[in-house]
Amino acid sequence: MRTPLRPLTRRGLLTGTLGSAALLAAGGSVAGCGTKAATQTEAGCVSEDLSGTEKKLAFSNWPQYMDVDEKDESKRPTLDAFVAKSGIQVTYTEDVNDNNEFFGKVQNQLAGCQATGRDIMVLTDWMAARMIRLGWIQKLDRSKLPNVDANLLPSLRNRSFDTENQLAIPWQSGLAGLAYNGKVTKEIRTVDELLTRPDLKGKVTALSEMRDTIGLLLQSNGHDPANFTSAQFDDALNKLKKAVDSGQIRRFTGNDYAPDLAKGDIAACIGWSGDVIQLGFEDENIAFVVPESGVMLWSDNMLVPNKATHKGNAEELINYYYEPAVAAQLAAYVNYICPVKGAQTEMEKIDPELAENPLIFPDEAMLSKSRVFMALDEKQEREYEAKFQQVIGA
Amino acid sequence: MSALAHVPTGSGQPATPPAARSGRYRFLPYLLLLPGAAWLFLFFALPLVQLAAASLYDPSGSLATGYALTWAFGNYPDALQAYWPQFTRSFLYAGMALVLALLMGYPLAYAIAQKAGRWKNLLLVCVVAPMFTSFLVRTLAWKTILSDNGWIVGLLRDVHLLGPDGRLLATPVAVVLGLTYNFLPFLVLPLYASLERLDYRLLEAASDLYASPLRAFRKVTLPLSMPGLVAGTLLFFIPASGDYINAELLGTPKEYMIGNVIDSAFLVRLDYPQGAALSFLLMAAILAVVFGYLRKAGTDEVL
Repeated sequence: MRTPLRPLTRRGLLTGTLGSAALLAAGGSVAGCGTKAATQTEAGCVSEDLSGTEKKLAFSNWPQYMDVDEKDESKRPTLDAFVAKSGIQVTYTEDVNDNNEFFGKVQNQLAGCQATGRDIMVLTDWMAARMIRLGWIQKLDRSKLPNVDANLLPSLRNRSFDTENQLAIPWQSGLAGLAYNGKVTKEIRTVDELLTRPDLKGKVTALSEMRDTIGLLLQSNGHDPANFTSAQFDDALNKLKKAVDSGQIRRFTGNDYAPDLAKGDIAACIGWSGDVIQLGFEDENIAFVVPESGVMLWSDNMLVPNKATHKGNAEELINYYYEPAVAAQLAAYVNYICPVKGAQTEMEKIDPELAENPLIFPDEAMLSKSRVFMALDEKQEREYEAKFQQVIGA
Repeated sequence: MSALAHVPTGSGQPATPPAARSGRYRFLPYLLLLPGAAWLFLFFALPLVQLAAASLYDPSGSLATGYALTWAFGNYPDALQAYWPQFTRSFLYAGMALVLALLMGYPLAYAIAQKAGRWKNLLLVCVVAPMFTSFLVRTLAWKTILSDNGWIVGLLRDVHLLGPDGRLLATPVAVVLGLTYNFLPFLVLPLYASLERLDYRLLEAASDLYASPLRAFRKVTLPLSMPGLVAGTLLFFIPASGDYINAELLGTPKEYMIGNVIDSAFLVRLDYPQGAALSFLLMAAILAVVFGYLRKAGTDEVL
């Protein structure tokens, strides 16, 4: 009972050909001949600053990265105080959920030197480095940031992607190190233990964030993540590949390792200090470990993109958050590493226990072990990322 | 499909009313088509052509310097060579999930359509209800269900189906189960629609003519449910083979499907030409599978 395919009529053929041609032509004109260069220069993409007349500021940040009032979740004490003090109306949006995703969101505007509607956006080191490399970020006026000059932690100064501290100012920092669940396994001290100990087989996860995972492995090989060669990268990657092939590493994760670690589905992992502290508050068996060989220090940075029209207001806000008292109030809520010197003393007034926590206020010993991953150029970034993705399976 | 021949289906070509041919209503059908066509053009056809162009960009281009359209057809074999295991895996997992879903879905659809009586609507709601929660949440729930310390794994260990250290999470089993669960309604609903129209008297007639129940099923029920079966399997298989959430959440890198690779090509590795080439290869592969399938199982009601 199958009906034969309709015979092709001349009319059908004509319509089809015409239609396809029209579609191709339309698409071809949209696609043009490839894409234009995304790189912008300071001279080529000039931004106006209307801060003098417009007391406004649009601030894009990650969720749960700003203190809220315990009784009224719609109130944000430090931010509200800034608004009251400066008279600048801040539109605060929690629309950064993932660096790569956010990049996709603003990529077309910034590549074409158009406004994104944001005056400050908070992005992680490597993404900040990429945007700086592409010339998408405005230079800040250091004379308007005296608090930053005075209080920024020394280990976060002069980073390779912002040697003058005028493009990316840390909002919060954190560590990538090891974590384990003491209910399921005994203490773990080194990266090598994580990758080879037989009792952990299939119960280990690592971060799909290349810089954190590879950075820790580089350190475990005695190399410096802030300055390494291509061969050293391959060494670290091979070490990782062995652990993947042997089935030691169960999978690669973003933040989603946290519930698995809490349940004990995974026994140990490479994870972020902020998450692990939170878990530790709920279950004292869960601990964060700074491996002997060293730990990765990352930051989420405040960036002012091209064509943002309120750079002056942004500088005022950045400077405000580098007042130790304000920084302490914020740190007491978010529990990441506070990049502001002097906040520890202020924290003693709020919560002495948190002031003692080395994962919020790292001591000298810990800071000396921590490294920031080096800035990569686009070619390196693509090559390393492709090799890493091969190993982690995509 | 011989049974179909004796049943008036009502899908015969009605004569076009002459009024529509002339006068001021002549362009009405085209006007009615306009919103849908514009939508398709803007959000399907244009992006598709742009994606096709991107798949032919010079692979040595970069974001910083821009990509040149050099008709680099080499992107296709390169992409296929690098990622053919993920390709085969996608179709393998989707196929296994489809078999599982058929084994569960066909009896389910049959029971709801023919045997449920007054419970019919309630059962239908039960099939659809999980769709009210987000896809992501449902998949995350499976992480809890299959957890190493959950009772399912515990039970399987106790009966020695799993070794003492065995697990379900982060294995192909979990990914296939996740796919099966998540896309099951897409299979059940069209099947139900077909089976619901099944005239029970035809089965009675078959048994009057000494057909065994099995033979009656093969000769009457199955052919009559073909349109639903074909539509259902397609609705199941196409999204399942392109899915990446299940492999991401329930699997490991060793279970990654082609969707995961495309995701990482576009968002993480920023290799737009490769990502675009892979997307097109996936589309082509699915189209080939679908056309092959329709020719074999062919029913005019789907196309």
